[in-house]
Amino acid sequence: MDKDQIDRIIAKYHGEASSLIQILLDIQSENHWLPRESLEWVSESLDVPLTRIQHIATFYKAFSLVPKGRHEIHICMGTACHVRGASRILDTVQGQTGIKPGETDLDMKFSLETVNCLGCCALGPVMEVDGKPHGKMAPARAIEVLKNYE
Amino acid sequence: MSEVILQIDQKEVRATEGMTVLDAAKKAGISIPTLCHHEKLEPYGACRLCMVEVVAGGRTRLVASCLYPVEPGLVVATRSPLIDKIRRVLIEEMMAHAPDSWQLEQLAKEYGADRDRFEKEPSFCIHCGLCVRYCQEIKKKNALGFIDRGARREISFIPRIAAKECWNCKECFELCPTSALQAAFVLVQALTPTPEPPE
Repeated sequence: MDKDQIDRIIAKYHGEASSLIQILLDIQSENHWLPRESLEWVSESLDVPLTRIQHIATFYKAFSLVPKGRHEIHICMGTACHVRGASRILDTVQGQTGIKPGETDLDMKFSLETVNCLGCCALGPVMEVDGKPHGKMAPARAIEVLKNYE
Repeated sequence: MSEVILQIDQKEVRATEGMTVLDAAKKAGISIPTLCHHEKLEPYGACRLCMVEVVAGGRTRLVASCLYPVEPGLVVATRSPLIDKIRRVLIEEMMAHAPDSWQLEQLAKEYGADRDRFEKEPSFCIHCGLCVRYCQEIKKKNALGFIDRGARREISFIPRIAAKECWNCKECFELCPTSALQAAFVLVQALTPTPEPPE
């Protein structure tokens, strides 16, 4: 992510240090993760110490300090999804992508995470890809869904 | 600044408005144990060892004396069976992280804390924040800060800043009630071979 892109995001928030979290969220959603250089540039531009940015970036789970794939898979492990077989979905997706929760594959295609509730328990088991929920999953359907992503 | 008269351990104490209960007690020669307090730094209220009982408006409350401002007519008790128990458990919990800290050992003796009560989890850091706050407030270098949260929270140096600033300063080392800080710095030293040249 180059400095111009970050400058554009910072300008959107009028360069205010109080919008730090919003700025980091925007970088995270455009770039999928927060590289060190970007954080250093944000620190310099907003005149916020890097320790503070580091504290915030490690505090919230929405931020990642390691590279993430182009598509983020979230598999719900909440109670409702769990009793409807979320662990089988997780096993299938792990087998299909070859990665465990918290990991990213070598082609930077998928990142896998488990989450504890996506708030649509009636659709369980739920798998979310890039923010789009796929409900009533079955192992075979999960494989079909993943095939649509490049 | 108007004068405030309050009572600490049955003793009349004169203090000025804006002081904390801890300041007032210190001025009157009454000792309250602290770990995260430093007179040059803003009160932080992390260690909770300075917990005292205050009676205000007919109610007894437990407050951290390093943060609680003095009020006229406040009645403060710095020792009671309840306070001693709270301090004892706090010390026992901190000793699970830093069992060999000299300061904690002294406090453990005074309050009868059992250093082996909780399973050892030697992170050596008790999150007093002295080093972080000293670097931020006094030195204004921000060479280290906290990362992560909850049980996984720890101190971390920014290698680029640490390589430039810390070697000649190290003023935060002696503030640390445990040896965690020095260990963290040694680690950064090991991982940062040479400072990067300025761009």
